[in-house]
Amino acid sequence: MRDVAVIGAGVTKFGERWDDSFRDVFVEAGLKAVQDAGLTGDRIDEIFVGNMSGGRFVNQEHIASLIADHSGLALEGHVPATRVEAACASGGLAVRQGAQAVSSGLSDIVVVGGVEKMSDVQSDQSTEILAAASDTEWESFYGATFPGLYAMMARRHSHEYGTTREQMALCSVKNHSNATMNPTAQFRREISVEDVLNSPTLADPLNLLDASPITDGAAALVLAPAEDARRCTDTPVYIAGIGQASDAIALHDRRTLTTVEATEVAVERAYSSAGIGPGEVDVAEVHDCFSIAEIIAVEDLGFFEKGSGGAAVEEGLTELNSRVSVNPSGGLKACGHPVGATGVKQVAEVALHLRGDAGERQVDGAEVGLTHNVGGTGGTAVVHVLSREAPR
Amino acid sequence: MTVPRFWRKIDNRYNLRGTRCGNCGTAFFPPRRICPGCRRDGSVETYDFEGRGEVITFTVIRAEPPSMDGQTPYVVAIIETPEGARFTSQLVDVEPDDVEIGMPVEATFRKIAEDGADGVIHYGVKFEPTARD
Ligand SMILES: [Zn+2]
Repeated sequence: MRDVAVIGAGVTKFGERWDDSFRDVFVEAGLKAVQDAGLTGDRIDEIFVGNMSGGRFVNQEHIASLIADHSGLALEGHVPATRVEAACASGGLAVRQGAQAVSSGLSDIVVVGGVEKMSDVQSDQSTEILAAASDTEWESFYGATFPGLYAMMARRHSHEYGTTREQMALCSVKNHSNATMNPTAQFRREISVEDVLNSPTLADPLNLLDASPITDGAAALVLAPAEDARRCTDTPVYIAGIGQASDAIALHDRRTLTTVEATEVAVERAYSSAGIGPGEVDVAEVHDCFSIAEIIAVEDLGFFEKGSGGAAVEEGLTELNSRVSVNPSGGLKACGHPVGATGVKQVAEVALHLRGDAGERQVDGAEVGLTHNVGGTGGTAVVHVLSREAPR
Repeated sequence: MTVPRFWRKIDNRYNLRGTRCGNCGTAFFPPRRICPGCRRDGSVETYDFEGRGEVITFTVIRAEPPSMDGQTPYVVAIIETPEGARFTSQLVDVEPDDVEIGMPVEATFRKIAEDGADGVIHYGVKFEPTARD
């Protein structure tokens, strides 16, 4: 098995992009990443793309062919392209598939993309489409919305550990603050704890400003064998460890409601293949689809003890350049959450920090970074550990 | 939801009919065909739940999905039966502010949703606080 490097990354502007189509958004990200890698299209051996629901958001399936075609890699070159789907974790799984293709030796240069165009449907339709990431027959049938399921995790976390409404709100406040420094973020404005607490309630105890938004956007990476990486770029970033895990799709079937066990298992697999522990992580992009999800994530990833995530956020230990810089991009909450793109954007963001290219929001001296991408309420989780240093 | 898709679940949804593993005794609602603990060594059979349980966690839905048009606010909860099975349902005949984790509840047959004004009406089991005596 070969080690794998990220040699190029590109992220589009995230937001409601009324003027742009699905294919416009994807092509923009792909071009940025390939340009960043300093390559030409004829070097690309294979494409993987994460996408949750092109079929329902833009009535388009067969996304992989569409993307190869409009990237100019189908009529010329007939480059193989594969779509990967795992709801909100589609992007992270596409990265893993791409890394495995390089690692196995089947392909040398792989482009991994993620894309979602969510604003072409009405907002109640998008709520329904996203709810399909849960168990349609036994959760959403009974009126459990996606915010409702996370609200039930929040309620239980507060019950067991005393996590407060304000601690949850502080995740949104921090992420909005980070997003003011990210030119591609959807919401580049500060918000206060009061703003979060006074925003309309979606499902008690979670409010509108606890939730990630509806977003259009795409992200792409170029992966190459680690041994060739320095021939393409002076600042390769290495994939030091990968872990993926599954759990019951329905929240009610999980052994616990306050831990996402798929995250715990995925991160353990990633740490052990990277040969590091949570204390060595400088920067992490974690899956904050709701504020409570960030609190649970920083516990499950091993940054803080179970039950102390809320207090850690309150003490500022997850702010930029603190103990561990969590979601410097603004996270899903403020950078935006084009579901299939998120897992790819997370890797692109961490790569920028490890290269020292993150501008105003740069995490100082970042050596090791982590990405954490979750499907649904925790039926799938995937973690990537990235490092500036080449694997031993 | 098409009529057959709903129809094939009626027996389970109307009667709280789940399954149980004959090997280890674990009970499942919603029903499972394979016991995750025993897999090929298990023998999963039909099992009827009594309709009693307790609230493990809950939320009050205030932003409604299209399928629940006009119903908000409504309470969604995860309920655990004495056999240890957990599932999602709604709580009714209780003020949202009075719901608590650990509250004993019992099944009651109700309308769940309808597919628009001319569509199929979906029924199933919701839960209400257990009458104290
Ligand atoms: Zn069994």
